[in-house]
Amino acid sequence: MKKTIITVVGKDTVGIIAKVCTYLAENNVNILDISQTIVQGFFNMMMVTDASASEKSSVQIAEELEAVGKEIGVVIRCQHEDIFNMMHRI
Amino acid sequence: MINIFEVNETNKMITQENLDVRTITLGISLLDCIDDNLETLNENIYRKITTTAKDLVATGEEIEKEYGIPIVNKRISVTPIALVGGSACKSSEDFVTIAKTLDRAAKEVGVNFLGGYSALVSKGMTKADEYLIRSIPAALSQTERVCSSVNVGSTKCGIDMDAVRLLGEMILETAQLTKEQDSLGCAKFVVFCNAPDDNPFMAGAFHGVTEADTIINVGVSGPGVVKHALSHVRGADFETLCETIKKTAFKVTRVGQLVAQEASRRLGIPFGIIDLSLAPTPAIGDSVADILCEIGLEYAGAPGTTAALALLNDQVKKGGVMASSYVGGLSGAFIPVSEDQGMIDAVQAGALSLEKLEAMTCVCSVGLDMIAIPGDTKASTISGIIADEMAIGMVNQKTTAVRVIPVIGKGVGEMVEFGGLLGYAPIMPVNSYSCEAFVNRRGRIPAPIHSFKN
Repeated sequence: MKKTIITVVGKDTVGIIAKVCTYLAENNVNILDISQTIVQGFFNMMMVTDASASEKSSVQIAEELEAVGKEIGVVIRCQHEDIFNMMHRI
Repeated sequence: MINIFEVNETNKMITQENLDVRTITLGISLLDCIDDNLETLNENIYRKITTTAKDLVATGEEIEKEYGIPIVNKRISVTPIALVGGSACKSSEDFVTIAKTLDRAAKEVGVNFLGGYSALVSKGMTKADEYLIRSIPAALSQTERVCSSVNVGSTKCGIDMDAVRLLGEMILETAQLTKEQDSLGCAKFVVFCNAPDDNPFMAGAFHGVTEADTIINVGVSGPGVVKHALSHVRGADFETLCETIKKTAFKVTRVGQLVAQEASRRLGIPFGIIDLSLAPTPAIGDSVADILCEIGLEYAGAPGTTAALALLNDQVKKGGVMASSYVGGLSGAFIPVSEDQGMIDAVQAGALSLEKLEAMTCVCSVGLDMIAIPGDTKASTISGIIADEMAIGMVNQKTTAVRVIPVIGKGVGEMVEFGGLLGYAPIMPVNSYSCEAFVNRRGRIPAPIHSFKN
């Protein structure tokens, strides 16, 4: 199973996680892990997810999540985990 | 499992430090298109390129979105056209029809450049080679996306000075024919010594005859990432400096390796090589010159520049080699002038001259690149510049290249605007003493003594 890493960066407001999780639940994307920090007042979240059960393609999910992010004023990126594995794991 | 800091580091490189994959270049052999009828040959070429590369751009964009990494260019390189057209082309005009076919094919599949309108003449020119070389001005002025290159020398063969002399004239003629666009045609043409068969970067990419039928080569980049990493080790010793460059180059190259593997798998085309090059763009913060400044120079061109560049180039390779299963192409730091804001600044400040750039090319890839010179520069002087650069490559067993742009109607200090990735440049002064009697000798410079290794 290949995992998708979702990152959310932006100004901290109420309901960011709720909004992202709602989208993921509606699209059958399973969340495996969440970590979150606030860096210099900025909300910073990383989710490890499994989108293999979703009917949508990873590209479509990435585009839709980006739009969700725009709605709530944060930047949401959705990337295949391999880009991080390649860079940080030998 | 990957943690949030690692994820943030990667994404910061992409969003703030201009990390990208500079190009996925699909090499296509056109040897099986050869026919002695020009029309059939053109049809074969068009068909082969448009069928082989039909999914290239879409696949590149898919990978970009899935991994969140920009892939700036999707390009094609083909077998040197002098070889492909040798049987059908009876004149330079015949060769121009092939250039137009290549341009049409490039537009059809949506790539921004197609390289390989080339000839390999390091020891001598065939009739076809000479037709092709003489057709370069017309070909580059009548097409938009076709890039041309000529290999005029190698460590094994020496330098073909007849070709060098002819190319000086052809570069001026190309400049003349494209003078309405600041002689842009010359930006699509490069002269090589020791040209690699698998270079993915334009304008010098061609699909060498040693290659398989089709191949995916990837050029990585990331000067901004290296500069940013070095900003954390200001004042540290050389060991720390080198380690930092190496580690950064490793990370950058791994991304290239991933993109290459994916592109290869999805297109069903074998993976060739990763080209480990620090390729700058005119974007602020994406500059090789800025790295040199971060290493400790006031401007690129200051004393110490050649040493700093040698160190940088070597560490990029040492870090990158382990990150990829196959490394090739040009692999080194590029030092174009117009495509690098820091270089442009250095020229404008008077810190960087053509002669210093020449010295820098001894220790890095690739050569005198994207340098605007006065439009009234003599053809023999351009040939002299080429000969010098070729000699550096020949003797040092490395690839060197010349891509100079004599800008018709403009003189030293004036600016030229090429647009896009090609950037803009101040026109640099050229030593005006004559080398005509030297260039006008016939024949070739023999291979150097250390080429006889057998």
